[in-house]
Order: sequence, then C-alpha cells, then structure tokens
Amino acid sequence: MFNNAKPVTFLIAEDDPDDRLLIHEAFQESLVSNSIYFVEDGVELLDYLRHQDKYADPTVSPTPDLILLDLNMPRKDGREALAEIKSDHRLRYIPVVVLTTSKAEEDIMRSYDIGAASYITKPVTFDGLVEAIKGFKQYWVQIVCLPTQDANNEKSYE
Amino acid sequence: MRKAMNDQNHFFTILIAEDDSDDKILVQSAFAELDLAYNLFSVQDGFELLNYLRKQGGFLDSTTAPRPDLILLDLNMPRMDGREALAEIKSDPALRSIPVVVISNSVVQEDILRTYDLGGAGFIIKPQTFEGMHEVVKVLNRYWFKVVQLAGGVRGKNGKGNGSAPIYSG
Repeated sequence: MFNNAKPVTFLIAEDDPDDRLLIHEAFQESLVSNSIYFVEDGVELLDYLRHQDKYADPTVSPTPDLILLDLNMPRKDGREALAEIKSDHRLRYIPVVVLTTSKAEEDIMRSYDIGAASYITKPVTFDGLVEAIKGFKQYWVQIVCLPTQDANNEKSYE
Repeated sequence: MRKAMNDQNHFFTILIAEDDSDDKILVQSAFAELDLAYNLFSVQDGFELLNYLRKQGGFLDSTTAPRPDLILLDLNMPRMDGREALAEIKSDPALRSIPVVVISNSVVQEDILRTYDLGGAGFIIKPQTFEGMHEVVKVLNRYWFKVVQLAGGVRGKNGKGNGSAPIYSG
C-alpha cells in the first residue's frame, strides 16, 4: 500500500451539525490520521479559502489539500461555491469532492460539469459512511499525489 | 462481507491512453485480477484519445468504442500528449464530465499542479511493479466504481451485465 509522508488537510463544507459529527467520526474510524477543518456553508468556504475575516491566519486555517462539499447549504450552496472555486485561478487546483444526500442526476451531471473531481452520495448508515470514507481516503491519501504535496517525497510501500 | 455502496453493477468502461505497450499490459493484467468484469479499451496517444471520444477516425462505432466511465491518462505520449488531451477534454462540454485520472512516471511538481488545474481527478505516479499496479487498480476500482457516483446515468446506461466478456482492444 502506498502512503503520503505529509499529513493531508481536508476542508469539509457541511451545514448539518449531525452530519459534521458523523463525518468527523468516520474519518477517525479509518486509520490514517489527517487534519480536518469544517465550514458550515458556501460563504464560509470561500472566506476560508481566501483567508478572509476569521480565516485570515493560515496557521489556524491552512489551505486544504482537498475539499469535501455538501450541495444543499444555506446562504451559498455547494453548486455556487463549486462554480466559484473552479473559476478562480488561485483556487481551482484544489480537488473538490461532492458529498451529498442528493442522488439527482442533474446534480451529479452538473457537479462534474462545473469541475468536481468526484461525486459521492452520502450513505444513510454510519457503517456505510465509514466504508465510503475508507475508500475515499485510500484513493486520495494513499494512491494519489495531491497538488500541494511534494512529488519527490515519493510514495513507498508500507 | 462488505456491501456494495451503490448499485452500479453494469460493466464499467475504462479507457486507457498509454503509448508504452508494457505499461498497458501491466494495467490490463492488474484489472484482469479483479473479481469484477470491465470493458477495457485503450488508445496510444492523445490524438487517438480525442478521436475515440469524439467518434472520429476509426472510432465511429459506439459498440466497439463506447463512451468511457473513467479515463486513465498517461502524460508523455507522442503526437498529442496527456496535458494537451486533458485540456481539450475538460474544455469540451460534451466530454468534460468524464473523470480523467493521470497515471504517469512524471514526478514533476508542475505536472501535478497542472493536472488538477486543468480538471484532472487525480494524479498517480505509475507503479513499476505488478504488485504496485495491482494495489493501485484495487483502490481505483473501489473508489470510482463502489464509492463514487459517476455522471451520465451510468447505472443502466449500457444495460446491466450483458454477459459479454471484457473486451481488450488496441
């Protein structure tokens, strides 16, 4: 199995506090330790990424290696936030994975179309969520080189 | 037993763009080890890749060249390289929803950044051993075909399990 030397920073945009808790727990269930940061809607997400207001300090709010994005959120929803991220040349390199309860074909199609790296339908059970997060982390943490990581820090067998 | 996370149980179509025949065989044999059947197609360079996706040149027939669910893309290829091909795919409204994963020998930071900037859905440094490739393919399979929801009404798009064996071409 491959692994990254550097810990990966995830930023999760999710308005539902129960879901935030479940996602946090699912991340902890799946072996690799990483840094997880949360924002609660699209406005906060963009503020975070642009280091505005309460996110001004990059040591407290580091630029994420990957964003997990809910679609249905108040103020600015995930669709708008995704479009804004992908049309901003300073942010577009950050992979965005949609994690949502929506199974609507239009949401799936549109998310890929605007530039989502992938689309995950939130499993309804906690076990399902843990399994999904495990598969997610195997791919993005163990196999893939993320844009902010040093490629020469070669992945090696455990 | 682990339950499948969604019911995407049709034959997935994977298109590999790779000019090196040894590397192509490595990927194909790693996929062949999986317990699921795939339609695996391959092209030799970016030029063929775009022709395949646009059903041009020798790729007019959608039964022998079906639209892929996932593209695995090498970067360094003759005629049109992976960087150009990725840029073209992601700027074409008819093609941009297909996830493209780069698998390359390159460890150049600029290639990685550019891959994501252009809309790539992952950058994987090509494993040099069968065991390494097997591991990569297992994870690719689990993530893209069991965790992720693909675009284009993949479930049932081509009919489910038509019983045909995986096709190897190219």
